[in-house]
Amino acid sequence: MAEFALPKHSKIVKGIDYPINSEAENTKKINVYRWSPDDDENPRIDSYNIDLDQCGPMVLDALIKIKQEIDSSLTFRRSCREGICGSCSMNIDGTNTLACLKSIDDVKGDINIYPLPHMEVIKDLVPDLSKAYEQLTSVKPWLQSKSDPENGKSRKQSPKEREKIDGLWECVLCFSCSTSCPSYWWNGDKYLGPAVLLQAYRWIADSRDENTEQRLEELEDSFKLYRCHTIMNCTKTCPKGLNPAKAIGEIKKLQLERK
Amino acid sequence: MSEYEIVDHEHDVVVVGAGGAGLRATLGMVSGGLKTACITKVFPTRSHTVAAQGGIGAALNNMGENDSWQFHMYDTVKGSDWLGDQDAIEYMCKEAIPSVTELENFGVPFSRTEDGEVYQRPFGGHTLDYGKKMARRACAAADRTGHAILHTLYQQCLKYQAEFFVEYIALDLLMDDNGKCVGVLALCMDDGKIHRFRGHQTVLATGGYGRVYFSCTSAHTCTGDGNAMVLRAGLPLQDMEFVQFHPTGVYGAGVLITEGSRGEGGYLTNSEGERFMERYAPTAKDLASRDVVSRSMTIEINEGRGVGPNKDHIFMHLEHIDPATLQMRLPGISETAKIFCGVDVTKEPIPVLPTVHYNMGGIPTNYNGEVVTRKGNDQDAVVSGLMAIGEAACVSVHGANRLGTNSLLDIVVFGRAAAQRALKTVEKGSAHVPLPKRVTDKILARLDKVRYSNGDISVGEVRNSMQNAMQKHAAVFRSNISMNEGVKKVDTISKGMDNIGIKDRSMIFNTDLVEALELENLMQQAIVTMKSADQRKESRGAHSHEDYPERDDKNWMKHTIMWLNEKNKTKLDYRDVHLNTLTNEVASIPPAARVY
Repeated sequence: MAEFALPKHSKIVKGIDYPINSEAENTKKINVYRWSPDDDENPRIDSYNIDLDQCGPMVLDALIKIKQEIDSSLTFRRSCREGICGSCSMNIDGTNTLACLKSIDDVKGDINIYPLPHMEVIKDLVPDLSKAYEQLTSVKPWLQSKSDPENGKSRKQSPKEREKIDGLWECVLCFSCSTSCPSYWWNGDKYLGPAVLLQAYRWIADSRDENTEQRLEELEDSFKLYRCHTIMNCTKTCPKGLNPAKAIGEIKKLQLERK
Repeated sequence: MSEYEIVDHEHDVVVVGAGGAGLRATLGMVSGGLKTACITKVFPTRSHTVAAQGGIGAALNNMGENDSWQFHMYDTVKGSDWLGDQDAIEYMCKEAIPSVTELENFGVPFSRTEDGEVYQRPFGGHTLDYGKKMARRACAAADRTGHAILHTLYQQCLKYQAEFFVEYIALDLLMDDNGKCVGVLALCMDDGKIHRFRGHQTVLATGGYGRVYFSCTSAHTCTGDGNAMVLRAGLPLQDMEFVQFHPTGVYGAGVLITEGSRGEGGYLTNSEGERFMERYAPTAKDLASRDVVSRSMTIEINEGRGVGPNKDHIFMHLEHIDPATLQMRLPGISETAKIFCGVDVTKEPIPVLPTVHYNMGGIPTNYNGEVVTRKGNDQDAVVSGLMAIGEAACVSVHGANRLGTNSLLDIVVFGRAAAQRALKTVEKGSAHVPLPKRVTDKILARLDKVRYSNGDISVGEVRNSMQNAMQKHAAVFRSNISMNEGVKKVDTISKGMDNIGIKDRSMIFNTDLVEALELENLMQQAIVTMKSADQRKESRGAHSHEDYPERDDKNWMKHTIMWLNEKNKTKLDYRDVHLNTLTNEVASIPPAARVY
């Protein structure tokens, strides 16, 4: 029988365990994936023990505390700390989410933190999202309209029409959903993934956009769209409570109607 | 010094920053045919514009109340406590109408009225008929207007194939021997290479510096990098003493709850359950200007009427509002309240506290976005090759206090204006004059010093001390004693920069290095903010001086401008406030007592 082994560098080794230097009573161990592009070392898991009584409530607060007080080399993206910029997406306790919205108390036992799965890692918790961004660009995510609005006037849109894009435009592009999708893991080069398909549908559903037919035509592809096998990890993991799986379903329905 | 590999780029224009201002400028320039580089330290949709909630101000008059840009201008001048430049304010309020309509045309998912027009809600300090009643002027996309605008502007930039350099940290401006700006030097996070961007105009759209404070609504990335680069280029910053405290940051977490929640009918109460704003602002009540509301809240707390076990905050109520309305108009803050304070807004009040939110001060510019400085008697001398827009700039349209919705407006109007100006002044494809090597070397020496810093104080420690000092000494209420002490403290803390040490020596995605560079930027602005505050002996807008409780137009109706040299020593001067309007379509608004 054929034997399979992971490449040497994908094996994660045990890293440094940073003990706590106080007599804190309310402590938590945080295990974090570390990898540096500068040396030839394998990825490792460093463990940081922190005093929760001296830490904010969210996982991002813990990471910032570690960077500020224990190990300033720990590398992750963060910005708004309120769940709107989408920078701090990572895998926490087995689920992709935004660290700033994930409560420490929600995790039983140690907190295990990894970068978003199945993306190339630049360093530690920082994934390379450039391919995902290119895929976003590929669906031409901007208003396309043949008829220009009357000069100096807004386009009209009824509240009912406007409601159709609720739950679509609020996406923060954190890519938690796409990187939770086994189909995207397998075919991420050709399958657009839930985040990008949600954006594609955002424009299909917008009454002001007049290029629906062309948009659907470009998505009519066994990989781009139909690699979605309704696994629904995307909807389950979305830290903003959006439903990319439903948006993909709507695109598939519209494709059927065209036929 | 280590050898650094330098990659050269030549463009017509270089925009630094990809928030709303940077993207609007980039869009205007690229669509007008200028070869434009947009350099940004975070992916564009992660810029802090994304967090703006309540709306963008423009007298579109969709709510049938005879609104006009003249009313908007009056409100803005009054909101600024007469420190705003009236020519620039006229320009902004007038251009608001086409600028916001353009945003709709670009695809911004604004909420809608029954007639299918852009929905507008009331906001603090925005009135009809010169203060007689509250106006509905804030054009809103639910309570995620900044997100809607930022994403749409990014999408439009994609449409025009704008050239982005994402996760590049701008290090310093490239200034030639004549004091002209000829580009910017940046560090690419991804591969650690140094990139030299040459442009005939460099546009700083680098945002505010809220992170000089301990508690702020600003993102971690709001470190005012452009402001600090301007100081290091030997140019002054203006009105840095004016820091806006937003009345409703979530108690503890500091995250923002939009003023639009009061626009939709929310109100504040003290420990006695009293709607105290009725006492301080009989007409506008909870929708008075932010400085007024923040001061009132602070007085209530100081006089023992705060809520909670420590009587140290205030309640904001939304529970009387129909849950369907909350769901439609305020879904974002409903979620924020749930996540950050466990509050169900349909049932209980949100604990709030005035929280640092916005910098009225920044890089002095004219209404075309061109950076100006004072040269002898010339108070409006244009700095060749350099523009600034958005929160980084001080045009000044906000004066001593910004009105809610005027920051999203500012970024869009002046981003657009900067593009229009660059299209007029820059000759497409014209050659760049060679730059002496020493200009780049000096910047790299500074980078190298920080990169190999091995002192015994961490970046986090110094940052904490600075943030705590600013929080205490440049607060809602200020006094001679407190500010004197603040100046000394910040001076002492800034010396700690000589002894910082970082751990990560890598050039690839070195956030340890970046945070140290950002701290250096913050520190320079902390010094200038504290010193600018200390010298202004009056109370105006956000600057409330307990020893000088009145506004003093005779002596102090003037912009502070302050330089900082390499030894962190400041130099002070002033510029006149432009009381003149831009055209004769509107008369100058004479100073008056500010009552809401």
